[in-house]
Amino acid sequence: MKNIKTTILSNQEVSPDYYRMKILAPGISDLAQPGQFVMFRAQATDEPLLRRPFGIFQTGTLPSDCDGLPDKEFVEILYKVVGRGTAIMRELHEGDRVEVLGPLGRGFELADDGREQILVGGGIGLVPLYMLASELVKKNKVRLLIGGRSRKDVLMVTEFERLGVETYVSTDDGTLGEQGPVTQVLERKLSKFPDAVVYACGPMPMLEAVFRICQPRQVALQVSLEAFMACGVGACLGCVVKGAGHSEQQPHYLCTCKEGPVFRAEELDWELLEKRVNEGEHSHE
Amino acid sequence: MSEMLLSAGSTADGPDLAVEFAGLRLKNPVMPASGTFGYGEEYSPYMDLNRLGAIVTKGLSLRPKAGNPTPRIAETNGGMLNAIGLQNVGVDAFVEQKLPFLKEVQTPVIVNFFGNSLEEYGQAAQRLSQIDEIAAVELNISCPNVKRGGIVFGTDPGAAAEVVSLVRRHFNKPLIVKLTPNVTDITVIARAVEEAGADAISCINTLTGLAVDIRRRRPRLANGTGGLSGPALRPLAVRMVYQVVQAVSLPVIGVGGIMSAEDALEFLIAGAHAVQVGTANFVDPAAMINIVDGLKQFCQEEGVAGISELIGTLRC
Repeated sequence: MKNIKTTILSNQEVSPDYYRMKILAPGISDLAQPGQFVMFRAQATDEPLLRRPFGIFQTGTLPSDCDGLPDKEFVEILYKVVGRGTAIMRELHEGDRVEVLGPLGRGFELADDGREQILVGGGIGLVPLYMLASELVKKNKVRLLIGGRSRKDVLMVTEFERLGVETYVSTDDGTLGEQGPVTQVLERKLSKFPDAVVYACGPMPMLEAVFRICQPRQVALQVSLEAFMACGVGACLGCVVKGAGHSEQQPHYLCTCKEGPVFRAEELDWELLEKRVNEGEHSHE
Repeated sequence: MSEMLLSAGSTADGPDLAVEFAGLRLKNPVMPASGTFGYGEEYSPYMDLNRLGAIVTKGLSLRPKAGNPTPRIAETNGGMLNAIGLQNVGVDAFVEQKLPFLKEVQTPVIVNFFGNSLEEYGQAAQRLSQIDEIAAVELNISCPNVKRGGIVFGTDPGAAAEVVSLVRRHFNKPLIVKLTPNVTDITVIARAVEEAGADAISCINTLTGLAVDIRRRRPRLANGTGGLSGPALRPLAVRMVYQVVQAVSLPVIGVGGIMSAEDALEFLIAGAHAVQVGTANFVDPAAMINIVDGLKQFCQEEGVAGISELIGTLRC
């Protein structure tokens, strides 16, 4: 884990309001596991104050600009412009100074033991699935079910396909792929491959629906959660979720940043997660 | 950032950052504010804990405490609100699971603690007095986010005096009392805890705030209100430190929105013997190390031989 001041290598719009950003990150890039995240900050002022968590889309190496310089190890993040922090990020260019802390959290466990591998991504939630897919395809057939509100919310399909992932697209408004929720595709796939393992990341209502489908079928499910957090390292205790068996008398909180962001479905208290969704948890940037 | 690493407590190469107060000798005046640094170990991958003046733990209670429902934090302009609810592992688990790590660090450990009742404060103090590795305790009578276990004791001079003298009877090492700004006149509480036997005062804890989700027309925190921390709070904190320094003869640890060495110097010049850094740790795990380096640099630039020369030099 490293806390570095570094520079941006590129920052490109990939769809209206969605951007991908490559950040020079030696010492972070080589350690990162699928499902881990970084805390990121670009502004040198106190506004907005806190760093923002971003899932790692991929890591890699770019050739150095001239002989004698080391190759450029990078982490790439993908973000949607939703608030003050991401509005600042959108304006950044190659060479701009940023601060990055990572890699953080617990990533996915690779359950690549010959079972069918199904990834479910909703909107920006597909970010951590790309690095996961690039690992899983080495040994397995991988299917990605990707959903979004509309055509513009479905990202990186070509990138996944280039990995050799079979992709199934669905949108709420039918502007791309089939119309309807991504979970309707999941139900079909699980009827066909009842022994599959599922990895999911996306908005809480989607994760909740994925859980409701997987649980009765006893399908192994890992979910990557999003939470508002201040520190990213388990100190502030601001990002906790209720773990399985949580009660008033026997409280059991888990830090999304440290014990997650990836959890096995059975580690979480889904009744309480559902309640949290109904209460309309404010989204982070 | 290891290129910035200096040997712990090194004073041979420049100004002396050491401070002495309340029976504590610290290699520099910089320590974390309770609740922003976990139990130390959380930040050890990012910094050399030996470079801190002291380590202040997350607030402990006799028994583990679960904390509040979520959302527990919300960012605000120049700060953040939190209502964590004093979630902690409890004194026993701290001793078994967290203290062994801290023993290896050459930095004094200050344990922050609280109780749900007078009796619990007393029991916790008794338990903590048996632990050799603890250099001092910081008595929390100021958490704004739980009904009992803090602010009830911190907003009434009689109750504050009662809990401080009880803890004093059970604890012989330095006793620091952390005060809340959520009072009309903080000097009244400061005098009460001084008379009751405190050795030092930390001021201030967070200021109670409310942030509203305008679409849902509900508070942004599940708890409703939360404690405001961060740079937005700093002028208020400097003012209260100055007031307390004038009102009592106890040493004061300044806390509230310190992001940089310059911010820390405001508190020292206003009369604080040391400073605690809170929200800045979340923003940058290297914040305290940068502040220590910045203090040294400031002393060099100003021709100050020792940081303690600056304490209380505010000209009003």
